[in-house]
Amino acid sequence: MTATSAPRTLYDKIFDDHIIDQQEDGTCLLYIDRHLVHEVTSPQAFEGLRMTGRKVHAPEKTLAVVDHNIQTTDRSKGIVEEESRIQVEALARNAKEFGVEYFDELDIRQGIVHIIGPEQGFTLPGTTIVCGDSHTSTHGAFGALAHGIGTSEVEHVLATQTLIQKKAKNMLVQVDGTLSPGVTAKDITLAIIGEIGTAGGTGSVIEYAGEAIRALSMEGRMTLCNMSIEGGARAGMVAPDEKAFAYLKGKPKAPHGAAWDEAMRYWETLRSDEGAHFDRIVRLDANNLPPIVSWGTSPEDVISVAGSVPDPALIEDETKRTSKQRALDYMGLTAGTRMTDIPLDVVWIGSCTNGRIEDLRAAAKIVEGKRIATSLDYAMIVPGSGLVKQQAEAEGLDKIFLAAGFEWREPGCSMCLAMNPDQLKPGQRAASTSNRNFEGRQGFKGRTHLVSPQMAAAAALAGRFVDVRTLG
Amino acid sequence: MQPFTTLTSTPAPLKVINVDTDMIIPKQFLKTIKRTGLGTALFAEMRYKEDGSENADFVLNQPAYRKSEILVAGDNFGCGSSREHAPWALLDFGIRCVISTSFADIFYNNCFKNGILPIVVSSEDLEKLFDDADRGSNATLTVDLEKQQITGPDGGTVTFNIDPFRKHCLMNGLDDIGLTLEKKTKIEAYEDKLKQRAWA
Repeated sequence: MTATSAPRTLYDKIFDDHIIDQQEDGTCLLYIDRHLVHEVTSPQAFEGLRMTGRKVHAPEKTLAVVDHNIQTTDRSKGIVEEESRIQVEALARNAKEFGVEYFDELDIRQGIVHIIGPEQGFTLPGTTIVCGDSHTSTHGAFGALAHGIGTSEVEHVLATQTLIQKKAKNMLVQVDGTLSPGVTAKDITLAIIGEIGTAGGTGSVIEYAGEAIRALSMEGRMTLCNMSIEGGARAGMVAPDEKAFAYLKGKPKAPHGAAWDEAMRYWETLRSDEGAHFDRIVRLDANNLPPIVSWGTSPEDVISVAGSVPDPALIEDETKRTSKQRALDYMGLTAGTRMTDIPLDVVWIGSCTNGRIEDLRAAAKIVEGKRIATSLDYAMIVPGSGLVKQQAEAEGLDKIFLAAGFEWREPGCSMCLAMNPDQLKPGQRAASTSNRNFEGRQGFKGRTHLVSPQMAAAAALAGRFVDVRTLG
Repeated sequence: MQPFTTLTSTPAPLKVINVDTDMIIPKQFLKTIKRTGLGTALFAEMRYKEDGSENADFVLNQPAYRKSEILVAGDNFGCGSSREHAPWALLDFGIRCVISTSFADIFYNNCFKNGILPIVVSSEDLEKLFDDADRGSNATLTVDLEKQQITGPDGGTVTFNIDPFRKHCLMNGLDDIGLTLEKKTKIEAYEDKLKQRAWA
């Protein structure tokens, strides 16, 4: 169903390959290969199906898991909070009634929806993947076209296995050079968002390319694609290569045997053609990139750890100036304060951005044999999935964290959005490896600084931000 | 879904950029399994004080704007989470039209599924509309979707663009799923073709 023989981008290829129907105005009906479902954005969708007497069109292409709502302490006696429990029970019931596979809170395969997709090999190159969650962009790391949808669209996909879509613009983010030790995919993504702004990618799908992207592990690429939405892009993607194939090979839901070989023949074609057109190209040099810390209440409010809190008074536009001043007031910061002088109360490591095994290994390496600062209220590690937790424990990482004074929790979204009991108190200031520093995001009047796992770990030891490049 | 044709209301100015969906509806209200009743939670953390009483400074608490059906807001409205609870909360409060210079993609899309019209205008037009909105109950805006036009209190007009298919669905209150199911044969034909791919 190729629309044109002109050079095409990776996004063009996957989009074209999934068109079922195209109207004259360009509105397309797109086939959806994989649908991930969680407890928060699905109850109204299943209820819609029930009310209209509709079925799930392709239950075998749908995978449900509980992640947003559940406590990260012991769950063997069930979900403690009543409203959360009702929502979790609703998902369990809906999955059973509509014949959808479901990982409950005690399943070792349970975890954050965007961590378990790749882990299970449910996420595959060249597929279209959706989920009622904006961080679905994560799966683009494997060369899938993956993006978040609202609950009405969740219902639409459940009922039809399709989505009504218009083609987005193509945006290329080219990152060349080599990252300094201690500088990570998280710093790349924060720097890009700082550059293009949180609306910079609106209406676009981002493809990440270049030497520094090729050099990233799959975990790093997932971190990068995950935060595409923070730059306004619904989807971010990286052309699949040997690293992607090696990650997926042997995963439970990945193809096996002859089907794997057949898939590989297709997957190897999944790259942007020479001369393919991009509507916008953004370049970033990895060579001199410093570790990045956010200072405000939008992921575009970022600065080098070696920098200082910027002065909103210098912004010309009035609405923007008052918005950024509001951010500083909310954060309890004064312009000119050095980032390394800001004292912290909480350190939190986890999320679909940075809750994978590589993130935990990197953090453990920094804190091994040391203790977290006594000035902290607490520091917490929340593995992204049961399998990540199991792997970390097999490597003894839990013992390193516990010895250093961290809490070691059960997997879930936890304080990234603070729907469960893990929340900042008003005024508490956190270094967090999550993706959003919005007002109230991690708890009512809580203050969030976004950083990499390495930066969070170093901050936990010092009780304030430290440039990880200066560590031995 | 309620069709959208024309709407006349006092517009409420929300002069904040990057209004995210956490701001529109904080996470503690996402534990519902219903679509309705979220109006009281709209902008909760800006709208209420810690003791639960109203924050008089917040625009929707001011007498002129308590019944506004149009919200005029700064750049990049609705960024962040995909939660459809954001348009559900706006709708339940009574807001059926949001005007800004840009919207985040997922929020923009979610609006149309709920009979809310998001309108994109230029920065200059937004400034004019903020001025109109600042006049409180002395000023109303009329939004005409058919004509793709906003008429201000002094008779000045701003035209806007909208995708023809989205406009058609919104004006007629059409259900997407019903429309898609009319293409069932095409979906099945696509799935037959997919069966040739052992891995997919």
